[in-house]
Amino acid sequence: MYVAVKGGEQAIDAAHRWMAEERRGDPALPEITPAQISEQLGRAVDRVMAEGALYDRALAARAIRQAQGDLIEAAFLLRAYRATLPRLVDSEPVDTGAMRAKRRISAVFKDLPGGQRLGPTMDYTHRLLDPDATGPAAPEPAPPEPPPGEPAPAEPPPPAALPRVMAMLGADALIEPDGDPAPAAADLTTAPLGFPAPRPLRLQALARGDEGFLLALGYSTQRGYGNNHPFVGELRVGEVAVSLVPPELGFAIEIGEITLTECEMVNQFAGSRNVPAQFTRGYGLCFGHADRKAIAMALVDRAMRAGELGEDVTAPAQQVEFVLSHCDNIEATGFVEHLKLPHHVDFQSELETIRALRAAAGDDDATL
Amino acid sequence: MNAPSPARPAWLGLLARAPRGAIEPLLAEAPALPGFIRLRGPEIGMSMVRGRAGGGGAAFNLGEMTIARCSIRDEDGFVGHGYVAGRDGALAELIARLDAALQNAARHASLHAAVLAPLAAAEATRRAADEARAAGTEVRFFTLATMR
Repeated sequence: MYVAVKGGEQAIDAAHRWMAEERRGDPALPEITPAQISEQLGRAVDRVMAEGALYDRALAARAIRQAQGDLIEAAFLLRAYRATLPRLVDSEPVDTGAMRAKRRISAVFKDLPGGQRLGPTMDYTHRLLDPDATGPAAPEPAPPEPPPGEPAPAEPPPPAALPRVMAMLGADALIEPDGDPAPAAADLTTAPLGFPAPRPLRLQALARGDEGFLLALGYSTQRGYGNNHPFVGELRVGEVAVSLVPPELGFAIEIGEITLTECEMVNQFAGSRNVPAQFTRGYGLCFGHADRKAIAMALVDRAMRAGELGEDVTAPAQQVEFVLSHCDNIEATGFVEHLKLPHHVDFQSELETIRALRAAAGDDDATL
Repeated sequence: MNAPSPARPAWLGLLARAPRGAIEPLLAEAPALPGFIRLRGPEIGMSMVRGRAGGGGAAFNLGEMTIARCSIRDEDGFVGHGYVAGRDGALAELIARLDAALQNAARHASLHAAVLAPLAAAEATRRAADEARAAGTEVRFFTLATMR
């Protein structure tokens, strides 16, 4: 039990003033702006939006600055801010098939309709720290774009939406289908997590879950704790339109575009006497450009389907209640970090207990 | 008066997708928008973004995004609604004013020419450039003889 304390206001004020100075750093250096964070630390912004479960680049950048770059603290700030906003109108499910993909790769098919495009990626870099202390070299200029106002040079029209790799496998019934396109139901932001948790609820929890936790769990499945032989069927990153139906209009309108990363994992088979063997699937979808998060999410989503697919549930990543109860880093940090707050009264009671135990033991010894 | 024209979702989407600050300069060249009264907002809130398991299966709640919205009635009697990603209430109000004026047949053509057409052209140019850049990273892998 935690017993509240009071007092310490002056010390706390002084500590917060000092922290504000530390956050600002050397005043001789210019202060970093949220726009700079958004532009130059984009992956940090993506992660804070995903784990803060609120897509707003400018707010996430501000939160990162306020948190001195502590991304969990920044996600916490974003969650706290979101609690002050009303939910106006919810969106229609996004059509990731219509994504304008800047990145789209498949580890299972070499030649796929629409082609593989790497997009802006750190893959295939040498991971050598740039020796120049002033930072990475300025990027080479991109190929010239048509000047504004002039029509783009005649080129074949851009391909329509890139076909899904899963649809190609699905056409031959080699992979399990998407399933019933039911509307969204349970929502973690309005009702506490409960069990058994249906897959849509699990996906919501994973999408806002801690990247490090999901990474470790996904890795554990690859190392044999619930292995399901994954292949990245398709990974795509790009802009997706968000639409909603305002009640006063009664028809869908687009309100803007957001960047999403989607991973479709192809996993080893399930089948029975009645159903021919099929590949099974895991799914990852998250805010921003986040390959690692989307891949890890797809691994853990697939692992948590073990029960439904008739596999033995033996590994941590397969245990739905374990994964979902511990993947939220805001909840986790709250409970873990509260240990540093004053616990003087409960510890006093423990001290008394242990003294009483020892005294009782001493008495027993005396009676022997 | 508020009957949806087939073009209305298209212009509302185009205005919402326009980059920040792109609309105002175009309005400088257009006939002035009529006066208006606010019916609701501008207000800032959120929308829950949904995905689908596997891309096409059961919908799930992916996470929220900030949105701004505003509804107005202009002097001509048209009601306009603006919805846009982010927290720019003034932009939502501007979109609502344009939405109302674009429903007015007497104003539609000039506003279409001054605002919608340039926005659509800029968007097409931007998208073509993005697509060309992405296509420039298109990769063909070659499978080597077995390495086992």
